[in-house]
Amino acid sequence: MSPRQRLRGWIAAPVVALLGGILLWGLSGAPAFGEFHGAYGDLLNRIAVPQRHTTNVVTAIVFDYRGFDTMGEEFILFASVVGVVLLLRDIREPAGGQDDPVASDAIRLFGILMVGVILVFGLWLAAFGLVTPGGGFQGGVAVAGGIVLVFLVAGYRPWRTFGRETLLDPFEGLGAASYVALGLAALIAGAPFLHNLLGPGTTGTLLSGGSMSLLNWAVAVEVAAANLVLYTEFLESYLVPHLRTS
Amino acid sequence: MSWALPLPVAVPLIAAALLVMGGAVLPRPVQDAIAIAAAATATAFALVILAASERHDVLHWFGGWHPHGGIALGISFTVDPLGAGMAALACGLDLIALVYSWTFMRRQSQTFNVLMLTLGGAMAGFALTGDIFNMFVWFELTGVSAYALAGFMVEDLGPLQGAINFAVTNTVGAYIVLMGIALLYARTDALNLAQVGRTLEHRPADRLVIVAFALIATGLMVRAAIVPFHFWLADAHAASPVPVCTLLSGAVVTLGIFFITRVYWTAFAGPLHMHEDGVRDVLVTLGVLTALLGAVVCMLQRHVKRLLAYSTISQAGLMLFGVALLDPRSLAGVAALVLAHGLLKGGLFLVCGIILVELRDIDELRLHGAGRRLHGTAVLWLLGSIGLVGIPPVGIFLGRQLLGEGASEQGFAWLAAIGAIASGICAGAMLRAGARIFLGWGAKEDDLLSPEPDEQTLEHHVSVRLMAAVAGVVIVLGLAASLVPGLEARTQLAAERFADTSAYRAAVLHGAAHGDAAAHLSFSFLTVDTASALYGVAALAIAAATAAFGLWHRRLPEGFRRLGSRVLWPPVTVVRNAHSGIVGDYLLWLSAGAVAVAAVWALTL
Amino acid sequence: MTILVYAVVAWVFAIGIYGAIISRNLIHLALCLTVTQSSTYILLLALGYKHGARAPIFKDVKLGTAAVDPVVQSLTLTDVVVSVTVIALVLALALDVHRQSGSIDPDDINTLNG
Repeated sequence: MSPRQRLRGWIAAPVVALLGGILLWGLSGAPAFGEFHGAYGDLLNRIAVPQRHTTNVVTAIVFDYRGFDTMGEEFILFASVVGVVLLLRDIREPAGGQDDPVASDAIRLFGILMVGVILVFGLWLAAFGLVTPGGGFQGGVAVAGGIVLVFLVAGYRPWRTFGRETLLDPFEGLGAASYVALGLAALIAGAPFLHNLLGPGTTGTLLSGGSMSLLNWAVAVEVAAANLVLYTEFLESYLVPHLRTS
Repeated sequence: MSWALPLPVAVPLIAAALLVMGGAVLPRPVQDAIAIAAAATATAFALVILAASERHDVLHWFGGWHPHGGIALGISFTVDPLGAGMAALACGLDLIALVYSWTFMRRQSQTFNVLMLTLGGAMAGFALTGDIFNMFVWFELTGVSAYALAGFMVEDLGPLQGAINFAVTNTVGAYIVLMGIALLYARTDALNLAQVGRTLEHRPADRLVIVAFALIATGLMVRAAIVPFHFWLADAHAASPVPVCTLLSGAVVTLGIFFITRVYWTAFAGPLHMHEDGVRDVLVTLGVLTALLGAVVCMLQRHVKRLLAYSTISQAGLMLFGVALLDPRSLAGVAALVLAHGLLKGGLFLVCGIILVELRDIDELRLHGAGRRLHGTAVLWLLGSIGLVGIPPVGIFLGRQLLGEGASEQGFAWLAAIGAIASGICAGAMLRAGARIFLGWGAKEDDLLSPEPDEQTLEHHVSVRLMAAVAGVVIVLGLAASLVPGLEARTQLAAERFADTSAYRAAVLHGAAHGDAAAHLSFSFLTVDTASALYGVAALAIAAATAAFGLWHRRLPEGFRRLGSRVLWPPVTVVRNAHSGIVGDYLLWLSAGAVAVAAVWALTL
Repeated sequence: MTILVYAVVAWVFAIGIYGAIISRNLIHLALCLTVTQSSTYILLLALGYKHGARAPIFKDVKLGTAAVDPVVQSLTLTDVVVSVTVIALVLALALDVHRQSGSIDPDDINTLNG
């Protein structure tokens, strides 16, 4: 440890302790834990189901009441993935004909079972996000996880069937663009941006929420594709060169 | 007109998504055309919104969720002229940078275009929003796009270091803002700025509100590169390609200042009313410190992009103390300053791009005399630098005049002097660099200036004519900013509306029209006030002296130089060591600054 | 009880920033940022908690049953996505730095100073 680093450590401890202390002092003025009586939250809990026919109030907030935030958030993911592709462009080596077979039968069996289960689970999470806990983000991440599992249990070549920019980029762009397009469609129809164009649907079913379910799927597609692009980038920048040499 | 509000955000974002979707099949010229068209559309709509907001605030409730009994259900865009103006400036700079990059950034242009579009959309959203969490979302999108763009030239270690410093410090700043937002929510159960303000107004600020304000202001000051949160800016500028620097200096930093004043007037003006002096004193101190430190370190730079970056830091300090005076006339001054500075600084960065392409380096000393044949570029550089001095009647003069008048009204007349000194020193450094590069004046060696790694250009076959044309247009617009007829009256009126908290609240929560529909605004040219003119001339003199000192300080008498170095060298070394380039140091300064600001306010508010 | 919850928030926030300041490894730095971010999740979710209330999901549940605050949950969801994306960028930068210089110590990659 250089003298500079040691000095930094010694000064940082009291400074950061003070920062935490001030934060705690401020928080001591906050309502007691468990005594939440927020007007905004309570109001939404009361009206979300009758207004939007969606039993999962959190999803109703994410895709409708505060759907514009979600659009921005989706684009943060989008921009960051584009950024990662940009940053890792020089050090990745999309391999051609290299082979690294998975040696263990147990792993392969596990994969055959689990990949399907996880994919279905992810799709279910996304589809029923309007009814029970879940939603586009959660479902998209699960689907991406299921596909990455292909790499772990089947090797690089099968993974490449899914883990390619040429396949994933159109979906990523589609997910992001369709969210904005739905908003613009409302605008063109004379309503505010992201206003619900379709009817509210039937509570408690797959078709609840109206345009919310479309937005939900747009996000699911985009998140799954974006996560897969991220995994592709990191795999090909870090892991693949190692695999080749080993 | 409410329908137009989402467009400056939605159009660039959907274009970015479409570019990624069709990236493999669309030919490069089509992609560039889509990007430029999207940015142009966003700018056009931002200007339309600016015109529409002149009479009264324009509102758009997303998803159609209007307030329910005074509780805001959804997110609103609440647009007054200052917000619309900021959005227009941001979208306009984005457009300019994209047109410039059409020739300057040919490699990897698809990813570059996509990120520039998300950056533009995010900045527009940030300027137009009336909801504090929505602001955080756009704050992060601006950040993420900018971090990725800063790391564009990944082949060298310098840009990577700059990108890391940028990303890590601004991320911590964002977390601090988010903490502040959470605290605010704990008290008010609301995220809409007008509603937050209404809930807070009823009692004076207690510890929760004070810490919330301190955290939100600190996080925004990190983005606005205020001392001691400023270290990341120079590194980010050194790392980023030139068009990105234009946006960073011209819009990203100033948006931080903009939102500090927005959140103060809409949410915190009520509870902090009794303690305005406490708020004012801390922010004025930080502003003055930033203005002067930024100017001094600016003088110590030989890497021209870092030189310009420190001058941006110095101007951000001036803007902060203008905002800190908590008075409409100073606010109007800051608005005019933001406009002129954004255009002029942006233009100067575009000129840097020309220097990089023609002369293959951006270090002032190494380029000594190399630019003698670049007459047009030299003229552009001179015009840009002069615009940033503050001589009447061009460039930042209007901003400085309004700021000076506001400051004297509040009893801070000496601030105008600080402004003159800071602008003078920075402009002097720019003139010195220009003289060295384009005229070959001055010594070839200088220990006072810190060496930096050199910079590679990406492109070799570019159209310098296009670059020069764009840079020229921008600089001329920047110089003309003070001369726009009627701007003086309009910015003052806009600032008064901005600071009118209760009317804003009524407009947002109850739909009352906010504005003076009957006002008849003239189109008169600005009237030059003598005191401000004198300050401008003084700044010019300081600039000339700084430039001369920088060029020829070796020729001073020996005794003088020895005395000077004994006095000046230790502080210069200390300052230079503080700007170490190491992200851990930057975070330590950030934390210390946050503690200091919060502690002072905890004790005084 | 309340102060304990908030003390945890303040502690996690502070320790994450402390780790980031003294970090000698860029990957460790990225993870310290994640830790700091987690403190915001804890705070948001703690603010929305109500004793004896259930989740804000009303499938097969009578409307009007006490439920915790759904707004902070949606804010936390956004927060999580944002944090993932920023960390991905920082990690990509760390990979690049390692490629360029063989080191991932922030103090070593020091070409920009003054």
